[in-house]
Amino acid sequence: MATYTLQINGRRYEADVEADTPLLWVLRDHLGLVGTKYGCGIAQCGACTVHMNGNAVRSCVFPVSAIGTAPITTIEGLSEKGDHPVQQAWEEVDVPQCGYCQAGQMMTASALLSKNPNPSEEEIVSAMNGNICRCGTYHRIREAVALAATKTK
Amino acid sequence: MSTLSKPSRRNFVKLAATAGGGLFLGFSWTGSVASALEVVSDKALASGTLDFNSYLALSPDGIVTILSPNPELGQNIKTSFPMIVAEELDADWTKVKVVQAPLDTTKFERQVTGGSGAVPHSWERLRKAGATARQMLVEAAAKRWKVPASSLKTENGMVLNPKNGKKLSYGDLATAAAKLPVPTDVKLKDPKDFKLIGTAVRNVDNHEILTGKPLYGLDFYREGMLFAVIQRPEAFGMKLKSVDAAAAKAMPGIVDVVTFKNNVAVVGKSTWQVNKARKALKISYTPDAALESSADHDRIFKELLDSPEATVRRKDGDVEAAFKSAAKVVKSEYQCPFLSHSPMEPMNFFAHVRPDGVELVGPTQTPEMARGQVAKLLDIAPEKITVELTRLGGGFGRRLSADYVLEAAELSSLIKAPVKVIWTREDDMTGGTYRPAVRYRFEAALDAKGNMIGYKLRGVGMNAGNPTREDNFPSGAVDNLLIDSVDHKSPITTGPWRAPITNFLAFAEQSFLDEVAHAAGKDPVAFRLELLAKAKKEPVGEVKYDIDRMKGVIDLAVEKSGWGRKKDIAQGFSVYFSHRSYVAQVGEVAMQDNQPVVKKIYAAADCGMVINLSGAYQQVRGGIVDGLGHAMYSNLTFKNGAPEQNNFNGYRLIRMKEVPEVDVHFVNNGIDPTGLGEPALPPTGGAVANAIFKATGKRLYDQPFAEQQGLKTV
Ligand code: FES
Ligand code: FES
Repeated sequence: MATYTLQINGRRYEADVEADTPLLWVLRDHLGLVGTKYGCGIAQCGACTVHMNGNAVRSCVFPVSAIGTAPITTIEGLSEKGDHPVQQAWEEVDVPQCGYCQAGQMMTASALLSKNPNPSEEEIVSAMNGNICRCGTYHRIREAVALAATKTK
Repeated sequence: MSTLSKPSRRNFVKLAATAGGGLFLGFSWTGSVASALEVVSDKALASGTLDFNSYLALSPDGIVTILSPNPELGQNIKTSFPMIVAEELDADWTKVKVVQAPLDTTKFERQVTGGSGAVPHSWERLRKAGATARQMLVEAAAKRWKVPASSLKTENGMVLNPKNGKKLSYGDLATAAAKLPVPTDVKLKDPKDFKLIGTAVRNVDNHEILTGKPLYGLDFYREGMLFAVIQRPEAFGMKLKSVDAAAAKAMPGIVDVVTFKNNVAVVGKSTWQVNKARKALKISYTPDAALESSADHDRIFKELLDSPEATVRRKDGDVEAAFKSAAKVVKSEYQCPFLSHSPMEPMNFFAHVRPDGVELVGPTQTPEMARGQVAKLLDIAPEKITVELTRLGGGFGRRLSADYVLEAAELSSLIKAPVKVIWTREDDMTGGTYRPAVRYRFEAALDAKGNMIGYKLRGVGMNAGNPTREDNFPSGAVDNLLIDSVDHKSPITTGPWRAPITNFLAFAEQSFLDEVAHAAGKDPVAFRLELLAKAKKEPVGEVKYDIDRMKGVIDLAVEKSGWGRKKDIAQGFSVYFSHRSYVAQVGEVAMQDNQPVVKKIYAAADCGMVINLSGAYQQVRGGIVDGLGHAMYSNLTFKNGAPEQNNFNGYRLIRMKEVPEVDVHFVNNGIDPTGLGEPALPPTGGAVANAIFKATGKRLYDQPFAEQQGLKTV
């Protein structure tokens, strides 16, 4: 066990965990940030996606000891009031069905838009293809990413 | 519009009565009459001793609060139920709140999610509750203004007097209305006057979902709670022989390792620690039943198809004679694999067994059954067990089984501590209660004119019960028909999977009918319409589907898809009645690089009146994506009793790239709602396979298509 200091959502957190603990479980079990979801644990579904240095990463396979000082954003910190363009678009398009995958979907989408504010349909699909939605809300996700892009401009 | 995620009756009272006073209506969900309504005091309500099974509250600040009893798993019930109440009440939708109720069997009936049945069940009751409250508010306003109630109107949370333009808000009238007698005979709206029902209303939980609030069972946390994972036998048919847990117990964060039944539970302080320690367990198992492999299943299926001992499900006319006299016979077999439900949120449950009672918290589609089974297991009166419902991260039928609730309860009682049992994805996928593998053999006899004069179906399955739906179309339209089935008892556990049985049967039936139509030289749609006309004119035996509704969706799908009028794309047709509703689909396939590619799917659905257009639209699109994905890609195979896939790397779910365009249309016939959580899924496989046949001349008999045929979508 060791103490790790993490920069999450603009705040400092400390976690006393084993070095190989994935960021996902540090967030969920130790810091009470349960918006980041567990879906597969092997980087296959995207439910656990967070931003690290602004990039979308799979927190289920990212050991806490490898984070260092990299700033992390989770769904709880995507915006202060829940009004990030992606969140607005998700609400307007009424994307969630069960909703479980959506935090990961939005973190992937927001990382895409921060790098590429004007993605083509194909770029949207290829960025989002790593995120599984078992409820099949893919049409709405695609629509919401495109809508969020218009809001980002 | 907002909701509370922490369910409780007290919260309900608090929310509803924040400003003091107000109108509380208790109404009945149980029994066949929807009328028993009564005004109740907030004190009586808080005491929790009332007989009512649902409540509608209107507080003096105008907030309408509705207690919603059904588990929410994405079917959007938490939005559609209140819409029905708000419609009849003429409430201001922005002031409607929904509170998830805990399990309470003395008060609720059918607190279950499954079978697409919630809306049909509650439609009348909810409308009546809203209409009753509305009438009381109108009467309160009439008294205050000293005018006849019949001269007043309601709109958007207000009572209006059209003569002088005066208005009173519901909030202002709530406390006065509560003193009036409850009318017993209220008039419901004419559906053509609906303003909210039939419109697109967003999910009431969106804000919580989109900001990452704790909503799901896996998010539940209680101070002092322990975490556990359970090692179950790796193969069906194995039982536990011995456990060496010394190394696991010595690992950091581990509190205990407990063995019960065939389970070895590792209990500790965090998810990661218990998962790591679990890998250090040394367990040996010994077989106590057959260790079946998929190759065994294939062989067993062939035997059962020829078995002389089948259960006859339906018999009309003289099938043997019909086949003897046939000009042409068509015969085919179709097979599907086991499937895992794989909801995105894996199984999990929290249990705290104390000497004085049991607390259960988590995602279940059947809280009442779970409680009953826990009561039996622990030998505790059900009244001493509380079940709190969290939002469900999908269910697809998996959470209709209570196995994971029982495990949590048993473990908590053994360790005498509050514990949450978490299933890893691997546990979830290899832990059983699958969609059963099934094989069908169809035979059709055609006369010289291409009329289907005989029809035979044998269904054989692995713990599938009756894998046929003997009264489905084309039963009733064929003079000589025999439907029977044989079941194999396998150690591999099975259970209902979204659109049980029909999720594959529909594909097989609709593909076979396509084959027969082609053999008869008829257009597949015309062929079906001929059969329907026959069922209408000269029904054979009982006809248990609505011929006109089925024809209605066929006509709409034909119109919207331009059936038979497209030159550059191959179309396939499918229509199915299941789980109370009717859906027709047309799949479109184009050839790209000599490969058939699914481009588009049209759907025409008749689920009666659509309540929430946004939710309904997504139920159909989601159902089609689900149907297509599993028909194309998913496959759970077995080797010596053990599943060969254990996560999404080996077990393939459909992804965004593979999703074609979907075009959804609803038949608007004004009849009462008949449900939509499942019916859009069954027809998809057939629509797609029939289009692929049209494009390539190749019939698909086995699912998943992609693995066996190297097919692609989009
Ligand atoms: S949980 Fe991390 S990718 Fe699935
Ligand atoms: S909304 Fe249920 S998994 Fe995506």
